[in-house]
Order: sequence, then C-alpha cells, then structure tokens
Amino acid sequence: MFGKLTLSAIPYDVPILVGTFIGAAIAGLAVVGLITYYGKWGYLWREWLTSVDHKRIGVMYIVVALVALFRGFADAIMMRSQLALAYAGNPGYLPPHHYDQIFSAHGTIMIFFMAMAFMQGLMNIVVPLQIGARDVAFPFVNTLSFWMTTISFLLVNVSLFIGEFSQCGWLAYPPLSEQQFSPGVGVDYYIWAVQLSGVGTLLTGVNFFATIVKMRAPGMTYMRMPVFTWTIFCTTVLIMVAFPILTVAMGLLGLDRYLGMHFFTNDGGGNQMLYLSVIWGWGHPEVYILVLPAFGAFSEITQTFSRKPLFGYKTMVYATASIMVLSLVVWVHHFFTMGAGPNVNAFFGIMTMIIAVPTGVKIFNWLFTMYKGRIEFHATMYWVIGFMITFSIGGMTGVMLAIPASDFVLHNSLFVIAHFHNVIIGGVYFGYVAAMNFWFPKAFGFKLNEAWGKRAFWLWFVGFYFAFVPLYVLGFEGMTRRMNHYDNPEWHPWLLLAEVGAVMIACGIVCQLTQLYVSIRDRNLAENRDLTGDPWNARTLEWSTSSPPPFYNFAILPEVHELDAFAHDKEAGIDTRQAGGNYQPIHMPKNTACGFLIGAFSFVLGFGAIWYIWWLAAVGLIGVIATVIARSSDNDVDYYVPVSEVVRIEQEHTHNLMAAQAAE
Amino acid sequence: MKKKILPRLTKLMSLSSAALLAGCTWDTLDPKGVIGLHEKQLILTSTYAMLLVVIPVCILTLVFAWHYRQSNTAAEYLPKWSHSNKIEVVIWAVPSLIILFLAVLTYQTCHSLDPYKPIEADANVKPIHVDVVALDWKWLFIYPDEGIATVNQMAMPVNTPVDFRITSDSVMNSFFIPQLGTMIYAMAGMQTQLHLIANEAGDFQGESSNFSGRGFSDMRFRALAMPADQYSAWVEKVKASSEQLDSASYPKLAAPSEANPVEYFSHVDAGLFDEIVAKYNNGMVMDKSTGKMLHVQQSAMSDMNMKE
Repeated sequence: MFGKLTLSAIPYDVPILVGTFIGAAIAGLAVVGLITYYGKWGYLWREWLTSVDHKRIGVMYIVVALVALFRGFADAIMMRSQLALAYAGNPGYLPPHHYDQIFSAHGTIMIFFMAMAFMQGLMNIVVPLQIGARDVAFPFVNTLSFWMTTISFLLVNVSLFIGEFSQCGWLAYPPLSEQQFSPGVGVDYYIWAVQLSGVGTLLTGVNFFATIVKMRAPGMTYMRMPVFTWTIFCTTVLIMVAFPILTVAMGLLGLDRYLGMHFFTNDGGGNQMLYLSVIWGWGHPEVYILVLPAFGAFSEITQTFSRKPLFGYKTMVYATASIMVLSLVVWVHHFFTMGAGPNVNAFFGIMTMIIAVPTGVKIFNWLFTMYKGRIEFHATMYWVIGFMITFSIGGMTGVMLAIPASDFVLHNSLFVIAHFHNVIIGGVYFGYVAAMNFWFPKAFGFKLNEAWGKRAFWLWFVGFYFAFVPLYVLGFEGMTRRMNHYDNPEWHPWLLLAEVGAVMIACGIVCQLTQLYVSIRDRNLAENRDLTGDPWNARTLEWSTSSPPPFYNFAILPEVHELDAFAHDKEAGIDTRQAGGNYQPIHMPKNTACGFLIGAFSFVLGFGAIWYIWWLAAVGLIGVIATVIARSSDNDVDYYVPVSEVVRIEQEHTHNLMAAQAAE
Repeated sequence: MKKKILPRLTKLMSLSSAALLAGCTWDTLDPKGVIGLHEKQLILTSTYAMLLVVIPVCILTLVFAWHYRQSNTAAEYLPKWSHSNKIEVVIWAVPSLIILFLAVLTYQTCHSLDPYKPIEADANVKPIHVDVVALDWKWLFIYPDEGIATVNQMAMPVNTPVDFRITSDSVMNSFFIPQLGTMIYAMAGMQTQLHLIANEAGDFQGESSNFSGRGFSDMRFRALAMPADQYSAWVEKVKASSEQLDSASYPKLAAPSEANPVEYFSHVDAGLFDEIVAKYNNGMVMDKSTGKMLHVQQSAMSDMNMKE
C-alpha cells in the first residue's frame, strides 16, 4: 500500500532533524496563522499563487530563492562546524550518514533552488520591462515553470523529515548513486527533484527566448537590446541546449535505478564515465547560465551609477556570445584525471582558458565604464567593486584548474571548492544581490535600506575571504572535499578560520534580512518611496514606467530609437510613456490555477515514485495529464483591459510624477 | 560572555598565525618527487603569469572607483564617452597574450606530465610495478613482481619509477599521494595507469580524492619511500606475514570495512588484478602494453561476480 514508506522512515531519533522539524512546523504554522488572521488567503490565491503576471512570478521566485539560501546556508555552516570539530579522533556531531546528506543537499539546493530560482526571478521581473513588452510570450507556461521549481524544492525539504536525501554529492556520480551502493530513497529524491525542476527551467528558457526574439518594443534591434537582456538571451540559449542533457542524464540514471538497466553500472556493460560526460555536458554550461545574468546586472548597475554609458557595449555583447558558445565545449575539464590522452586534455584545457579572454575583457569594460565617470557609491556599487576583485581572483584560480597538469594535483581538493565558491559567491551571488537591490524599487515602489545593504556587503565580502582563502590553502595541503573527519594537525587551524568566515557570512545574511525588515517598515518615508519610477536616473526602459509597474507594464508600447532607450528619451525630452496619448484596450492573459495544479500533481507523482507507492504516482501522473488537457481545451484565457481602466491607472501615475517633480 | 570569547579568539588568531609562520607543509607545494615538482612549478608559473593582469585589475578597480567618485568634482567626467579603439585593442590583446602563453604551456605539460608516460630514469634502475585496487574503503596494493600484497600501506625505493595500474572493485575513487603528484581515478572494470617517482625518502600521506561513500574519510594509506636496502627489508617483512591473499580470502577483504588497519599478505594470486578488472567485462581484460584483449581464467572470483 505504501511502497517502501514505513514509520521508520521518519528520523525521530536524530535530534537535529527533530529540532529542525519543530522549528519549521512552528514557522509554517505562524505563517498560516497570520494569513488566516488577516484573512489573506483569497488575496494570496488570486493575486499571487495563480498569477501569470511575470513581475509577481519573479517576486515569488526570489522568495523561494531566499528560503533556499537559508536552507543551503544552514547546511554550509553545519559542514564547517563539523570540520572545525571533527579533528584528531573527535568524530564531530555529524556521522557520515547525516554529513553526506548535508553536503549533497547543500550543493543541490544552492545551485538548483537558490541560484537558479534567483536568476529566473530576476529575469522575470526585469526582462519584459526592459524590452518594453507587456508580458512574456507564454504567461501560463511561466507560472508552470515557477511551480515546477517550487515543488521540487519542497520535495528536497520533505526528504529531511521523511526518509533521507542523497549521500552521493550534488551530482550523484554513479556507480555510488546506483541501487547497488545506494539502495535508499535518497538518490530517488535527488533524481525527482532535479528532474522536475529541470522541466520548469527548460520551459523558462524557451519562454524567455521566445519573449526576447518576438516581443521587443518597436525599434529595439538586437544591437539596441540592454546588456542584461543580452545576457539573459544567451542564458536562455544555454538553458535550451544544456537542460535536455540534464534530463537525459537523470532519466538514464533513473532507468538504472528503477528498471535495473545498465547505463552507468559497473557491470552489464555500463560505464560511469558516460554519466560524468553527460552530467558535465549540462553542468559546465550551467555555471554560465548562472553567471551571465550576473554579468548583465553588473553592467546595468555600473553604467547607471557611473553616470555614463557602458564602455564597449558591442564588445560586451560579443564577449557574452562567445562565452555562451565556448561554455559548451569545455566539460571534460571536470574529469581530466580519468586518464584521457594528453591531446584530449590539452584541447579541453585550452578551450577552458580561452573563456578567460572574453571574461577578462568584460572586467576591463566595467573598469572603463567607471573611468571618467561620476561614481555614486550606492550599496549596489559596493557589490560591483567587491565582485570585480573577487571574481578576478576566482578567474585566476579557474585557469589554474584548467591546466590539466595542475589539475592533476588540485582536482577534488578543497582548492576546487574554494575556486567555485569564489566565482559563484563572488560572481553569481554578489551579482544577484546587487540586482535585487537595484531592481527592488521597480518591483515594490520603495527602495531597500542602504546602510543595512552596505553592512551585509562588508560581512559577505570579508566573510567570503575568511571562509574560502583557508580552503585554497587546504587544497595545497592535500585535503580532499567531502571529508567527514581528519587527523592532520596542520589542517585544523585553517578549518577554524573558515568557520569564522562562515559565521561572518551568517551575520551578512542577518543584515540582509534586517535590510528587508527595515525597508518594509520604512517604506512610506518620503525618501524611500519611488514615485517617479526612475529612482536611480537609469538608462533602460523598465525605469520609464511606474514603480511598481501597472500589471500591463506599458499603456503604450515605447518606441526605441537608440541603445539605452530611456536615457536617450530623457535627454531628447521625449516622453517615453506618451502619457495622455491614444490609449487602446490592452490584451492580457487571465490568471490560472493550472500551473499550481500541475505542480501539485507533479509533487504527488514524484513523492509516489520515490517511495514506490505506484497508485499514488499514477494519481499524480493522471492529474498532470488531466490538468494539461483541461487547460488546453480552455479558450477563456484572456481578456481586454478597458481604456477607462488604463486611463485611471496612467493618470494616477502622471499625478505622482508631477507631485514628485514639484517636491524637487 | 565577552570574557570567554576573547581568549578563544586570541587563541584562534595565534593558532592560525602560528600555522602561517611555522611554514607548515603544504603537501602539494612541498613535493618529494619529480612529477610533483614539475606540477608545483607549473602552478607557480601560471599563477605569476596571471597575476600580471589580475593585480593591475584589482588595483585599477580601487583606483578608478576612488578617483572618479561623485564627490571628487576635480576628476574629469565624460558623460558620453563609451568607446575607444585603442583601449579595446589593449583589453583584448593583454588577456589573449597571457592565455596564448598558458596554452603553449598547457600543451607542453599535458604531454610531458602525461600520467601514462613512463618516467625516464637511469638505464640501470628498473621501475617497480604496483597494481592498486580501490575497495570499500581501503586500498589494496599488489606487487606482481614480488608476489606480495598490502592494504593501506605501500612502499617504494627512492629514485625508482613506480608504474601503477589502478582499478576499483567498488565505486569510483581517485588514487592520490599529494607529495608525489598526479592523481588518477580508480574505476571498476577499467585500468588506469600512473607513473610516479619519489626522489626523497619519506612517509607520505595517500588518500582517495573522490568521494566514495560512508567510509571515505578513513580511506587513507601511507606511501613509504625508502632506500633500496630498506625497501628490500620491507618486502621481506611483508613476505614474513602469515596471511595470504587468494581467490578464497579476497572476498573477505573486499567486503566493506572502515578505517581498515594496515595488512600484509605474503602471497597473492598472480592475476588477481586482471581478474578484478575482468569480472566487470565478461572475463575480458585488455593488456595495456599490447592493446590486446585477453580472456582471464575466472577462478573462485566468479562466485562473487555480479548478480546479473
């Protein structure tokens, strides 16, 4: 009846998990209680959970990403604490069974549910506005993507309290992840979570690619597209190329596990290195999927706060595009040590280091954007400068790893951990946080508190160096990743130092939470409100509409004459909004619960399949198919916003604009 | 609270600075063999080459950010300036030149440090052969020339090339002696090769550097490099062991165990290594020196073959 699921799957004998469960339950009940108390369920359901508005979906993505950040960081600090303790015979407080789940979950969550969700949130909020569109190409698909990501994250968290998570690292290398060596449900949780979220991400890729290709405002040629949109454009191409590879990798591993096939097993003709090749065929483009949008955000922020256009826009575009292409031909650098021939290794090593050229050019472009500018040290600029220094170092260590003969001694050591955190924290995370600070007023109509933003930056920046420079050293001392305990006295002080860094980063996260709290509390103060829609005197179209924008974004689609359309219009005295112009009824999509339902049924399908509860999995699958059929046969999916409504909303914004101008 | 934290912090600080000052051994940067030495040199050379551009970038970032700050109205401000062919040429050329240099270095070292390439030593020094099997969670070393085997400890004479053949009878691991250089994966059904040499005597840490499950953290061994006479004595010591490793006792050894102690086997079945590789390949194993597929006589090994 319940497949593998029995009461013994509940880890009530692990105090850490029981504590976590109680904490999560209390927090969950508090949220549910508050929503009920204020009678907000209907509002939440109508305006958010079933919304197809890309801005709302974007905000929800980022909420998921922040929750994932806390979960992933909790894992991180537990690992650091374990290694600070588990020295010279002390087993620490996490036995391998638990510790191995934690590092597997940390990587999985940080990449798939923190970074990917954050990135998709940003592209949702920004891209349609930046290209002067009213929504994305496929609004329903957008809500579906969001729910697939969210339920997958939920699935990973369910594994905390029911059963176990994978103990095979964040990429679940076979044969360790095969039934023979991992008979539990952990790897199945991993496969289903990654597989289901991959569906969501792939759909996002298709959706935004179509949006950017087809829905740019009149006059916005490709070479007038804002750089952030360009980076998202390249990212969506990479998503469309790479994510199907991930689906195949997970699918084949799933076939091995569920149907006893032999793609990656030791025996029966399987080959584990085939899996490595396939998973990294996705995995390497994935890091560029994450970092390109961060590059885009840095570009927008640097030009805005340097008060001059981006240096070398064309170079930036070509550099981005060449990174996109090159990122697809470097994957073997993740397993130079498998014993491939010197020519194979040399090819992939050299291809990898060639990526450093366009990336280096980008750094120089930001540098010369600041050159002869008037730099305003807004909190976001702190992240930019912190990024440029940190990322240059991370890039350097990356090239060191790209040289196969160096990699022969550094591979799988903590040096590698330090390197990819160097680029993922210093590049991706700094970029997303800067982007969040930058575009927050656009999404909500008020600014984030700068003082707390700068405090968060300093703690993250300094904390990063404390946490990861020791790991570089430990890599040189021959310490491998994923160790649970050790007895080398020379490692211990460095691991203590890394723990100090982790604590500083924890304080940085607390500052970010405080920043959100303080900003929301003070949102109505005059200096925090953004009545104009253009709080930073910025250059691109998203700032030409109100903050937050009306649900239809633009009453009249803007016309683009130049790169940095809005800056051009401001200079030329053109009203980008064309306020009071010839308004027409606006065609908009209706909200739908189908995305939520498909997500919910997919969750049921995944949970059933993980525990071999086949009737439950069948219910989930049938539910998914039925919802898709129902949605496909529903013709009542759109409506027109009447002109009177448009006029009312636009006049309100015009009124706000004039009030703001009068106040100046 | 404060009182307690402060001394701890000071202790921590002094510990870490002590570690810095004491010049603790950074294994990878303190190589004892020529392979490791070249790899260290490569790491340093490439780092210096890249620092040529990374340091100026970091400095320029800070200088530009400070000099062109909003409050410094004395600094030149060009609100429209966004392009310069001269700068473009420089910013493409500088990274390209460095990468060109590194690419040449990469190509050369890929060949010169190819783990499959035998190490050139004196003509009168004969390399020794060691077959390595990664097991759950220990390392089995087979000395085919001596007919002996050990667990979690290996020895080699100094200044003598060691030719390793490496496989796994379980999940994937990576065979690594940081102070000697290059690591190589150990994979079931496959044999990888590695050539290392110890140019100084010493007792080196060896480890698995690819996560392999529960007992991974204790999957360590000692690699002892010693003068030739001591090495012979070590071989004799192993030969004096009462334990033997054959097809009957092997399954017991191969069963999962954690933090396995050092074990010596005075005799090992010739062909055990080939059998371990062959059992995942329908009884076939490739002779790496000739590239020919050989059929291995499966003895008791077939009992413990895979289920399917």
